[in-house]
Amino acid sequence: MDPDWISGLTGGLMIGTAAAAFLLLNGRIMGASGLLGGLVDGSGHANRAERLAFAAALILVPAFLWRAGIGGPATPVAGIGVMVLAGLLVGFGTRLANGCTSGHGVCGISRLSWRSIAATVTFLLAGGVAVLIARALGSSA
Amino acid sequence: MMRLVFAALSGGLFGAGLLVSGMTQPEKVRGWLDVFGQWDPTLGFVLAGAIIPMAIAWRIAARRDRAMTGQPFPPPPSHRTDARLIAGSALFGLGWGLSGLCPGPSMAVLGFAGPPFWVFFAAMVAGMALFAMWNRRV
Repeated sequence: MDPDWISGLTGGLMIGTAAAAFLLLNGRIMGASGLLGGLVDGSGHANRAERLAFAAALILVPAFLWRAGIGGPATPVAGIGVMVLAGLLVGFGTRLANGCTSGHGVCGISRLSWRSIAATVTFLLAGGVAVLIARALGSSA
Repeated sequence: MMRLVFAALSGGLFGAGLLVSGMTQPEKVRGWLDVFGQWDPTLGFVLAGAIIPMAIAWRIAARRDRAMTGQPFPPPPSHRTDARLIAGSALFGLGWGLSGLCPGPSMAVLGFAGPPFWVFFAAMVAGMALFAMWNRRV
């Protein structure tokens, strides 16, 4: 049996619980691109330490858990050139749209924000198009 | 001080959830995004699992004045969809589909994945900085 949906649902519940805690404890929306973007451009100056604490744990905890045998391998599916292009698109795009999978997809949809629903449908469809393009170009899919 | 502890708690649990869900495995995420091909609906389970606790949290927040640490809650959601939202989401989605990485997972893998992932992260930060520069001009 393919357990992907079980691990997906379990991990999803953990992500949602993290977002719920961030809202109820700190009054903040857990959006990865917004938290990082505010550090990059200085717009998050007022709560810089909070952002850094969040980011540090987001990096360190998976690093420990992965070494303890949790989670699968992270193998790149694209060459370095495509990684650079994709990174630029993700960075610019999420700031232009003011949110990514966590901000719009999880926090926005769960409060029935039309803005977030429109954003999520758009980036899922664009993701599907990109997978088609990648396959057509013959990069490892 | 408690704000920092809670922020680290949320960040750590977020990272653990990304790892468990498979969001940190680009080859899986590509299959989850393949909506025009051999679509694997696992992403739907991840999103549904995440939305349920968060929907409950919004309900609880609606009945309270402030968060536990005394911070105000975010303002009500905007429902305005504009060109920036759609164009930005389209650019983001293209990058996500090409790499299999979105911002949260791209940070969660930094401590155990190889140099291609560091390159992606650096390019993403550069994209954010480019946006800030462009945004100041328009």
